[in-house]
Order: sequence, then structure tokens, then C-alpha cells
Amino acid sequence: MSSLRFSRVPAIDTALKLVTVAVAMFAFVFVVMVPLYNVLCDALGINGKTAGEAYTAVPAAIDESREVTVQFVAINNDGMPWSFSPDTRMMRVNPGAANGVVFHAMNPTEADMVAQAIPSISPSRAAAYFHKTECFCFDQQLLDGQSGAEMPLQFIVDQDLPADIHTITLSYTLFDVTGTVTDGLASR
Amino acid sequence: MGEHHHGPAQGITRWLFTTNHKDIGTMYLWFSFAMFLLGGFFAMVIRAELFQPGMQLVEPGFFNQMTTLHGLIMVFGAIMPSFVGLANWLIPMMIGAPDMALPRMNNWSFWILPPAFLMLASTLFMEGGAPAFGWTFYAPLSTTYAAPSVTFFIFAIHILGVSSIMGSINIIATVMNMRAPGMTYMKLPMFVWTWLITAFLLVAVMPVLAGAVTMMLMDIHFGTSFFSAAGGGDPVLFQHIFWFFGHPEVYIIILPAFGVVSQIIPAFSRKPLFGYASMVYATASIAILSFVVWAHHMYTVGMPIAGELFFMYATMLIAVPTGVKVFNWISTMWRGALSFETPMLFCIGFLILFTLGGFTGLMLSIAPADFQYHDTYFVVAHFHYVMVAGAVFSMTAAVYYWLPKWCGRMYNEAMGKTHFWISFIGFNITFFPQHFVGLAGMPRRIPDYALQFADFNMMSSIGAFIYGASQLLFLYNVIATIVAGKPVTDEKVWDGAEGLEWTLPTPAPYHTFEEPPAVPKPAGTI
Amino acid sequence: MGRAFSASSLAFLAPLAAAQNQVNMSPGVTEIGADIFELHMLIMWICVVIGVAVFAVMFYSIYAHRKSKGHQASQFHESTKVEVAWTVVPFIILIAMAVPATSTLLEVYDNDEAELDILVTGYQWKWRYEYLEESGEPVAFFSNLATSQEEIYNTDKKGDHYLLEVDEPLVIPTNTKVRFLITANDVIHSWWVPELAVKRDAIPGFINEAWTRVPEEGIYRGQCTELCGSYHGFMPVVVHAVSRDEFDAWMAAKRGAAVAQTQLALQTLSVDDLMSQGKAVYDSACLACHGAQGQGGIGNAIAGSAVALGDLSSHMAVVAKGVSGTAMQAFGGQLNDVEMAAVLTYQRNAFGNNTGDVVQPGDVTGMKNG
Repeated sequence: MSSLRFSRVPAIDTALKLVTVAVAMFAFVFVVMVPLYNVLCDALGINGKTAGEAYTAVPAAIDESREVTVQFVAINNDGMPWSFSPDTRMMRVNPGAANGVVFHAMNPTEADMVAQAIPSISPSRAAAYFHKTECFCFDQQLLDGQSGAEMPLQFIVDQDLPADIHTITLSYTLFDVTGTVTDGLASR
Repeated sequence: MGEHHHGPAQGITRWLFTTNHKDIGTMYLWFSFAMFLLGGFFAMVIRAELFQPGMQLVEPGFFNQMTTLHGLIMVFGAIMPSFVGLANWLIPMMIGAPDMALPRMNNWSFWILPPAFLMLASTLFMEGGAPAFGWTFYAPLSTTYAAPSVTFFIFAIHILGVSSIMGSINIIATVMNMRAPGMTYMKLPMFVWTWLITAFLLVAVMPVLAGAVTMMLMDIHFGTSFFSAAGGGDPVLFQHIFWFFGHPEVYIIILPAFGVVSQIIPAFSRKPLFGYASMVYATASIAILSFVVWAHHMYTVGMPIAGELFFMYATMLIAVPTGVKVFNWISTMWRGALSFETPMLFCIGFLILFTLGGFTGLMLSIAPADFQYHDTYFVVAHFHYVMVAGAVFSMTAAVYYWLPKWCGRMYNEAMGKTHFWISFIGFNITFFPQHFVGLAGMPRRIPDYALQFADFNMMSSIGAFIYGASQLLFLYNVIATIVAGKPVTDEKVWDGAEGLEWTLPTPAPYHTFEEPPAVPKPAGTI
Repeated sequence: MGRAFSASSLAFLAPLAAAQNQVNMSPGVTEIGADIFELHMLIMWICVVIGVAVFAVMFYSIYAHRKSKGHQASQFHESTKVEVAWTVVPFIILIAMAVPATSTLLEVYDNDEAELDILVTGYQWKWRYEYLEESGEPVAFFSNLATSQEEIYNTDKKGDHYLLEVDEPLVIPTNTKVRFLITANDVIHSWWVPELAVKRDAIPGFINEAWTRVPEEGIYRGQCTELCGSYHGFMPVVVHAVSRDEFDAWMAAKRGAAVAQTQLALQTLSVDDLMSQGKAVYDSACLACHGAQGQGGIGNAIAGSAVALGDLSSHMAVVAKGVSGTAMQAFGGQLNDVEMAAVLTYQRNAFGNNTGDVVQPGDVTGMKNG
């Protein structure tokens, strides 16, 4: 500490060094804690968050000896009026195989709306093994008033899924983000 | 032109512009006592509503404002400033320094507090009411779903944080640079050690709180989504950031209290503190460990099991240095020559009741059991045992112990003992039954409850009124002492008291140790 | 019809009101609840033993080492041996505690291979339950506090299950591993049933898992355990555990009721039907904020309100979509067409409003679709 001095007055030198620590801790929150939390969640698949972009599939053998049940749940968040449901609620898949499901959404209001689907996987440690090659959750979804859409999901369950996981539940929560898109400020 | 000290200035400007550590300490202490009474008043509203099942006095939304403000005011307005006031009064005298290192910053540290609390209290009168999301203000209840007053709440927290950070910087700079020659670190009184360590904790984590509320501000007003799933964020991130501050915060609250007890017990045992070096290392261990246990406040949030186990083990570990301290205090008493004046009574009360709170803390650390305790009155009981019977009893002991040195008058001992007994009994009647209702299934932060919880809640409310009333007795005693107490002129007011402050005249002059003293034998030895 | 079914046939299961002045945790009815209870008792007894020993030493000292009795103070003030001892021994005790704690935690986290999955969603201020089945008419419903405002505000005597009763309980079969997928619609809530030893936070946008296996038929009551706004204390959880056969029959009736509701939406209902059902919907969904006489409170008054007396489709838009920036939620997703028609009819005719408007389910369907 004697090599770097902010001031010849010892008390002020101490004080300035501590101010630096305080500022660094404030920056730590934004620059380290937030990204670290996201990185750990993505990398370890904890918190049930799946990747936000498409997985490029590496061709690999399908594990025919094992079946995993994948369950789909559609949820509307506060104030989201769309009807939203999967065409299949449950399917049995082999790890390594490519599978797909379609979600139907319908905007019953007269106004055009934009939605964001947020995925969440249970058990959360399965998230790292659930690869989405195509998902409507990667982008915001615009639906004109009184219209509907079919939103596809293509996925592969990794062969390395731990043996003690037999069921994976993928839920999508649909949020109304129309306000954020139009005027740049958070909606209610 | 030589230094020419006048006595204190006259009138209100004395207090507005003072840079004297004794004046500033006094202001902190009076401010914190006023906040204690205000926070206590909100507690009376809470306990009055909870006296019986059914809604009698307030609406549920207002009840939540009371619980929120009670917590914020007690933590940030009463406990923390009171110990800062103690630090201001005592640290320079204990280390043989003439004042704090940065006296003008010291003045600012205090004077931004009253406006901050005025702003916080004024939210009661704003559209939508005061903050009602608990002192822990989890998102999105505190962001998307909050009343407009949340912005003022955020500003108030920022100001409080700046005050704490400045105060801590001052304490560290003072202790590191202004000790009298011969006063090495391992001769520092325990109160100074605990405050030195606490000050480092504060500098490290108050900015984290500032970061959390800034992120809230950005989510509310600037379209970010730190804590909103819709934009790719996560409400649980808020909890991690908050508790990364929040857990060290509770040690910030208790470590100076430990320091006070470490000064007072030896004095009334007429025996040195047992295990001084151990006490220093235990305090440092507690401070370091406090950084890696935060998620024990979040066991039910859905953490992966590896995280849950890590936090459980780390939290259980903190019991070890804390236990060491309790054993050392009792060993200090052992084979001493004990007397039981009011400061000692409060310290013994602390020893018993803080230890009880420590035991319930250990129970809470056990993650699977915590699934049944979390967010129930069992937790409320735990933290009131450690914060009230811990920090507040310690602070009360400190006032009785040092008041004669500060003002040169002795308090009324019979009234002091009465205050102790009524507090002790009232406190236990209030909070012991809360363990029961918590275990029986009563959640926290509810204004009304199922019938099977009625009897213990009534008991708890009666205890609260008793405890609250006894604080008015304390207020009376303090004022009566200052105004008309029996004069004391002995330097060593208490025959067992040790430390540089007890070598000064009583009352302590406005300026002390303008020349550094000769440092006596190491703290902790006779 | 679903409500009548559950109330009458399962009433015999209602136990005596919960134990008064209970001082300890209940072991509950599940194996894991018993394990948690045992762990709780173990830790507590260890603390009691240590506490008694430590305080005995202190009280002895307070008695025997008093200056007033002439005791002279010794001056010993350190001992490395003793410091090591009282660091190591507690450490060992902690390890002994950590072993059963770890194994019990592993049990809590064992959510796999459930036989029944239920989606639990926390709303301000009620719970929604949805049975996740592979196919068939989905069974989903809201579970609202059933305690009356009169009981809460002290004009009526409080019932035995004051604040712990709901209109639609969650029904699960005994001896079945049930997995709960828990999430929230708005703010963070937490779902807790003490006798099942299940508590998990409900986070908007994320799902959490918890599981239970209930061996004993019975009614188990819990509450929301995360501050979620004004009525946090008024959103209880009630779980009825029944035999597998009873559960199957109940589910069949529920599915039938859902189909019946869809068909009811095509019919023309009498004014009396609409008003009585409307009052039921109003009391459970609107009354908390708008008052029993429509006088207002947290929410605006309905009596004499421009909205209730004005244009019908605007009135419905307010109820269905809520009012942004206020506490008025969007109820469109929570009320089916029959319920919406009924509550609109009720609001427009009760409290002295007397518009004479009769809103049919078909009108609601029409307004929803443009």
C-alpha cells in the first residue's frame, strides 16, 4: 500500500483509498454480479433458464434405450389476454433425437400486441441438457388484433442428461411487452 | 498565530457547523433515540392490530406500510446511527486522539440523516402511501407493483448509504492514522476493534445496497429489466444482490454491540477480558464469513442443491466464532468480583438473550428445517432476540456506562435497574411466544391471523406495550440525569473501568488528548 | 356444481379446528415432514443442552463470584488450550448436525418420477391450480379465501377455519407422488402447507418444483409465505387428500363441469341466475377492493359509477383488461364467459344501479371476439 499514495496527509490518503473501494463495490454490482449471475445460470443451466439463441445441432447418435418425458406448460403473465397453448402437452422422446411442438397463440383484442415468451425448465439442472434449435422465445412475437399464430419449438434432449431425470417440464410465460417496444419505457 | 481553542460556540449554529466528535456523537445519539421511539411507535400500531384476530384498527395496506417503516427506521435510523454516535464519542478518546480524522466530513455524515428520514417518513402522506413491501423490498413488488413513493424511498436509501460510508471511512482513517504512540493494534480496546472491522464491512457492502436500489430505479423509470423476467431479467437476482448486502449488514449491526459488551463485562467483573487475541480473530472471522452465507435468507427460492448445501454449511460455521465470543465473555466473569449495576445487568441480559437468538439462528441455518421456518414468526422471533436483546440492550448498557463520563452526572441507579427488569420481562413476553406461533404455522407480515394463534399474539402485544413503556422510563432517566443528576467528578466513574477514556476528567472536556497520552499497559491486562 | 360436490361429500373429513396454542412444529402427515420434524427436534435439543450447560456456568458465577460477598477477582485472562477446545468441539458438533441435514435436504429435492403434476400459480391474492394431464379437458380453477368480510371486520362471529378456508380446495389422491410446479402471475408469492412440509417460492416467469406423498386422507391448510401486497394474509392454501377412487370421481366431475360451463355459455340464463351467480363472483373477486355494498375502498365505488352505468363494452373492457397503473387487475383470464356475464349483470343492477341491463354469456363471447 505504501507504493500508491493518493495524498501526503495520511488520513486523507486512507479516506481516498476507501472511497475507491466503495466506488469499486458499486461498480462490482453492475459489472460483476449481474453478468456473473447470468453467466452462471446459462453455463450451469441453473435457475431453469435456457439459452437465448438457437442451438446448432451436432449430429449424434440417438439414445434409443432411454425415454424422457417432456411436458409443455403455457402460462400468461398478469394482464396478458392471448390464448396460448401447446398442441401437445406431453411427449416421450429419445435423447439425441430432434423433436418439435407447436404453440398456438391468439390475440383476441382489437389492438396489435407484442409478446415475449420466457422459458423456464424444471428441474432446473436439466436446462443445460435441453437444446432448442428453433424457438419462438428467441424473439418477440407481434400479433395483430384478432389474429393468431402458430409458434414452433424444435428441440433435442442431450444424451448426457443425468440418468436420474425422467421428466423435463418446459414452461413458457407469455408477457405483454407492447409498451416497451413502442415508446421505449417499461410498461406497467 | 497559535492554536487558540474557545469553548463550544453558542446557539443553534454550534450544532449545525460543529466538527467536534463529542458534539457529533451527541447528535447521532439523540437522533437515533428519536428514531427508536418513532420506529417503536410503528411497532405499537402493529402489535395493537395483532392484539386480536380480525381487522380492528388499520387497513391491510397501511399495516404493510407500518411493518416496512418499522424495519427501515429501526435498522437504518435507530441502531446504525446509535452505534456511529458511540463510535464518534468514544473512538478518539479510546485511542488518545484529539478528534476524528476528517471532522468536516463527520459533520456531513450526520446532517444528511435528518433530511433523509424526513423524506422517508413523508412518504406516509404521499399518493399511494409509504413503501409497503417490507424492509427487504423484493422485486417486482418493489418495482413494477410499487406505489409512487418508492422513488423517494430509493433516494432516502442512497443518502443513508452515503452517510454510513462516510462515517466508516472516517472511523478507519482515524483508527489507522491517529492512535497515540504505543497504541498498537493489539492494544486497541475491543470496542475500537469491532468498529474497525465493522467499518470495513460497511465500506464493502453499503455500495452494494446502493447498486441494488439503483437497479430498481432503472427498472422503474428507465426501461431496464434487471429484475423482470419479461425483459430477460430475474426477480431472484434482486434477492442475491440484496442479501449480499443484507447478511453483512446484520453483522454490522451486532459487531459494535459485541465491542460494547467486551468493554463493560470486564469493568464490572474487575477482571481483564478473557482471550483478547481470540476475540479479535473471532470478530474478523465472523466478518469474513459473513460474505459467503447470504443465500440462507433464500432457501425456499428454488436454488440448486449444491448452492443450498454450500450456504447451509457456511452458515452453520459462523456459530463457531460466535460461540467462542460467548465463552470468552463468561470466562471473563468467572472468578471475577462481580457487581450488578445497570450497565452490567443489560450486558448479562445480552449474554443470555443474544445466545438464545444465536441458537434459533443455528436452527434456521439447517436448510430442510428452514422450509418450515422461513417467512414465519419463528424468524421474526430470532431476529428480534439478536437485534433487540442483542444490539439494543448493548446500546442501552453503553449509555448507562458512559453517560456519566459524557455529562459528569450519575443516572438514577434504582430507575436504571427498574428499566432493565421491565425491559427484560417485557421483551421476553413479546418475543418468546412468537417462536411458538411461528412453529405452529403463522406467517410473517400478515395483519390478521387464524384463531389458533390468538392467545400468543395477545400475550406478545401486551409484552410489546410493556417494553415500549419502559423505554419512556429510560428517556426520562437520561434527561433527568443530564439536567439534574448527581455530579460525578472521579475520572474512573466505575472502579473496574479500564481504558484511556477513564483517564480523562469527568465530564470529558470539549477538547481532549490534544497532546497524545502515554499509552498504558495493553488493553485487557491490569 | 363442482363447489357443492367438494363441500358436501368431503365435509366429513374436516378435522377439529387446529390445535390451540400449539408450541411446536407439527410432524405433519408425510414421511419427509416427519424427517424435518426429527431434524428440528435434534438441533433444538442440542441447543438446549449446550444452553443449559453454558448458562449454568454463568449463573453459578453470578452467584458465587459476587464482589458483595467478598469474592476477590482473579486476573487470568487467556488460555490457548481452552480456546482451541471450544473451537474444535463445536465444530465437531456442527458436522454431526450437517449429516442428517444433508440427507433430509436430498429428500426434499427428489422431485423426479411423480405420478401427478399440478401447476400452482400465485396471484394477487389467490391461488390457481391446474392439473397437467396429457390430454382431455383441462381441469383448472382459482382458489379464493372463503372467509367473509363480516367475519374479518368483526360483525360476524369467526368460523373455526377463519382465514384458512377457500371456495375451491386443491384435491389430490393419497399415496401418490404429486409434483407441484409453482409460479406466479405478478409478484413473488410462496406456497406453504405445514403439515405436508412443502414450501416453495412462486416467482413470476419461472417455475419451481416441489413434491409430496400424502399417506393419510385429510384436509391440510396453509398460507402464502412471501409478502405480496395488501392481501398477503388473505390467500390461504387448502389441500384435500382423498382416496384414489374419490380423486378420480372428483376429476371426472370437474372435467364435466368445465364442459358444462362451455355449454352454459351458449345458453340464455335467467336474470335471477345471473344475479345470484354474479353476487357470488362479486363477493369472491371484487368485494375486497370495491366493498360489500359497492361503496369502494381500495377500488372505486361501483354504486353510481360511470363505468357500471355506462357503455357495456367499456365496462367489460375495464373488468377484463384491468386499469394499467392502478390496483385493478385484469380479470379476463380469471372469469369464464358465464361468470363475466353474471358479474357485469350484478354490478349494473345491484347497489342501486338498476340499469336493467341483462348480460348473457353469448354477449360476452361476442364482445371478446370483436
